[in-house]
Amino acid sequence: MKKLLKRYRVFLIVLGAMLILTIVNVELGVKAFSVTGYSLKEMILVIPPIFVLLGLLDIWVPRETMIKYMGEGSGLKGIILAIFIGSAAAGPLYGAFPIAAVFMKKGVKFSNIMIFIGAWSTTKIPMFLFEVASMGTIFAVTRLLIDIPGIIIIAFILSAVMTDDEVKKLYENAEHFDD
Amino acid sequence: MALKKAWKAFENIMPEFLVVILLVGLLLAIMNPEMISSIIGDKSGWFGVILAAVIGSITLIPGFVAFPMTALLLDGGAGYMQIGAFISALMMVGIVTMPVEIKYFGKKLTIIRNVLAFLFSFVVAFVIGMVMSL
Repeated sequence: MKKLLKRYRVFLIVLGAMLILTIVNVELGVKAFSVTGYSLKEMILVIPPIFVLLGLLDIWVPRETMIKYMGEGSGLKGIILAIFIGSAAAGPLYGAFPIAAVFMKKGVKFSNIMIFIGAWSTTKIPMFLFEVASMGTIFAVTRLLIDIPGIIIIAFILSAVMTDDEVKKLYENAEHFDD
Repeated sequence: MALKKAWKAFENIMPEFLVVILLVGLLLAIMNPEMISSIIGDKSGWFGVILAAVIGSITLIPGFVAFPMTALLLDGGAGYMQIGAFISALMMVGIVTMPVEIKYFGKKLTIIRNVLAFLFSFVVAFVIGMVMSL
């Protein structure tokens, strides 16, 4: 119980602060809580399916398969797959992190995981269609064309600044995430 | 077995998630489209671009809400460069989701990734600004 309280400490503090805000400024507080309720609903719809898929991916897809297609030495194939998987996804960026953890467990190359995160954040196909509809084709296509090289460059910079030891630690950390 | 694993992995990041969605609620309540539109107008130049990127970094709006909103912002007088920076930062930079990201990727990687993504949104702004003025 005490452990639980400690883990949720920050949450309780923020919740308390928002309740105080609501007392001070009712209108703002109510609006904040209604947006929170909306996000909570989104989270409840998006997150459990992702985690169930992850559990299945973890158990069903053999490590060897993932290493072959996206591991060290997977080259261009790995990069294209990372962009494709990230772009095919739906849901907010925080949904990508748990998937990245499973990728680490499965031996996916670090730079490919970073590319996956980048693609998930900004080149999602469903979102692209939305962007075309509301911002126009030129805007959406221009952004897509800058984003793809941008994502790859950022991924390579990130792999360059992280030492092998640090990357190894992240991979070990991912290993214990569902213990 | 798969379900059990799924639940464990989910519960593990639950505290961070709850904090994130509370903060999102608070931020969105404070910042409304009129307010954003008034500070990132098409005359606001690079200062407006920087502001747009900062606002995009700290807000977390789902894309299907964001795009109709940015279309409205454009009608309301926001510039293409500023909107480009805003959208790019909104999608790639996540200040409020940092606690979750740190849990998976550690502090160093999370901070560098977000800084690079923030800088990249200026590249996007620049190119979008050029293309849209052709």
